Amino acid sequence: MRNAFADELLALADADPRVVMLSGDIGNKLFDKFRAAHPERFFNCGVAEANMMGVAAGLAMTGLLPIVYTIAPFATTRCLEQIRTDVCYHDLPVTIVAVGAGLSYAGLGPTHHACEDIAFMRALPNMVVVCPGDAWEVRGALRAALRVPHPVYLRMGKKGEPVVHDAVPDGFAIGRAITVAEGSSLCLLTTGTMLPEALAASSLLEQAGLTACVVSFHTVKPLDEACLAEIFARFSLVATIEEHSLIGGFGAAVAEWRADRGRDACALVRIGIADAFFKRAGEQEYARAQLGLAAPQIAARLTAAWQRAEGQPAEAWR
Amino acid sequence: MIPSNLDPAHLREAAARLRGRVVAMSHAAGAAHLGSALSCCDIVAAAYWAVCNIDPACPGDPLRDRFILSKGHAASALYAALAFRGFFPEDELDTYAQPGARLAEHPPANMLPGVEAATGSLGHGLPLGCGIALGGRIRGEAFRVYALLSDGECNEGSVWEAAMFAAAQKIDNLCVVIDYNKWQATARSNETLALAPLAEKWVAFGWSAIETDGHNVTGLAALMQAVPNDSGKPVAIIAHTVKGSGVSFMEDDNNWHYRIPTADEVARAQRELGLS
Repeated sequence: MRNAFADELLALADADPRVVMLSGDIGNKLFDKFRAAHPERFFNCGVAEANMMGVAAGLAMTGLLPIVYTIAPFATTRCLEQIRTDVCYHDLPVTIVAVGAGLSYAGLGPTHHACEDIAFMRALPNMVVVCPGDAWEVRGALRAALRVPHPVYLRMGKKGEPVVHDAVPDGFAIGRAITVAEGSSLCLLTTGTMLPEALAASSLLEQAGLTACVVSFHTVKPLDEACLAEIFARFSLVATIEEHSLIGGFGAAVAEWRADRGRDACALVRIGIADAFFKRAGEQEYARAQLGLAAPQIAARLTAAWQRAEGQPAEAWR
Repeated sequence: MIPSNLDPAHLREAAARLRGRVVAMSHAAGAAHLGSALSCCDIVAAAYWAVCNIDPACPGDPLRDRFILSKGHAASALYAALAFRGFFPEDELDTYAQPGARLAEHPPANMLPGVEAATGSLGHGLPLGCGIALGGRIRGEAFRVYALLSDGECNEGSVWEAAMFAAAQKIDNLCVVIDYNKWQATARSNETLALAPLAEKWVAFGWSAIETDGHNVTGLAALMQAVPNDSGKPVAIIAHTVKGSGVSFMEDDNNWHYRIPTADEVARAQRELGLS
């Protein structure tokens, strides 16, 4: 995802002199082309994220379009007050690009995990929260983010994730979910880096005789409410899938929507990370499996939920 | 509305009028931080009457100089200056801290003409100022950025992050003025976190720093006007001030960080300031 981001960023900066790049001393060589092409618009702000976020807000106040890039926890919790007060309170078009969504940097330990960032960002007024599902969605999201006159949080994985689309999806827009696979038994709403895992789970479900509709819900805020209304009317079982805490994330947002809209005739299963730090060594795949986020675990859980649902009114097992 | 004027007598009069107004506003609103507001009235007067290239009729002019009140708790001094300079009607000062008013106890975002940034949480104004000043460089706009910080505010790590960033980027259209009144909310600033030697700290951080009398309006104006100086570095003006300055019974008495003056105290202050 990050290479797609760097490529797309350069193209956007070539086309728009307002684009300014701020890095928190990461992305070694990733931005070499940008630095060569636009040295006056690239700033390595050092390991000083609070200042970097304030600088971004100040740049935006002069009419520029700053993009702030660092590892997710340092792009969010480290400088949360600067995001809230400098960026969101002034409602400035700052795009915060975080690398390392969820457990992308599992092996580096909880200091580098980002399993609460959606919750923090989603709570901030004016903030738009986008979690692209693959490298093409990253490109689409970045293009779209620069046209949004508000703060945007763009949550990426790292590199080498499976590519799902073969181009930026037609009509890609912030706030508009993308149906990636059709199915009639149940619906998987997935956000961000879990898209490939959700598709793998869908294949396993198919082996069990269930066809799943898979939707890439890349925008967590604002929620695509029209899409949710349609999905919750069409299916009796919906699952949210995210590489994030169950508290305050995508599943929580959907659960809030469901409660507010009275859509409880449709069952909701939220798949995400429990309320605990994951302290053991191990890379992303291992950590996901430990936390119930691997495709076979997701498929098994949803098969059981679907079996419970069959032949019984939803109210009985919810 | 008081017109912009470089005449020393006019600058002193502007500062005295600011003081008289912030004392009255604190009383009327029951709002704290009066000592902090009085402390910086000469700096604010220098900025708004003698230094900043600003036009109250065009508060959003991209070429304007920016003055950021990073010590947002002195909002009353900023509001009075903006009103006296014609950014909004003086009558609106009577609404300070009243329900529904635009004049909140800390400056709000995107609401009042002339307020460059919402401040009140300390340590934000200098990073913002760095970004605005850099934005001017990128856009080829030769404006200057002033950030007024309190000494207590220099407790915040983000101030020093920004100081190192500004020096690295050689942001020479940026000026910090420190209202160095030696107090913070509940204690002497140097007994809380060691600030001294403050000017030397800014020099060590790569800035061009100078110490001055923070109640000499014309002296302040001359130093602030000389930004950028020929150093190629950002400029720090360490303005030695007295908290509660201008009202004898408030001077250097930190109770006035929170105390609200009575009607009688307001009258005494106005007399001392030569305003009644």
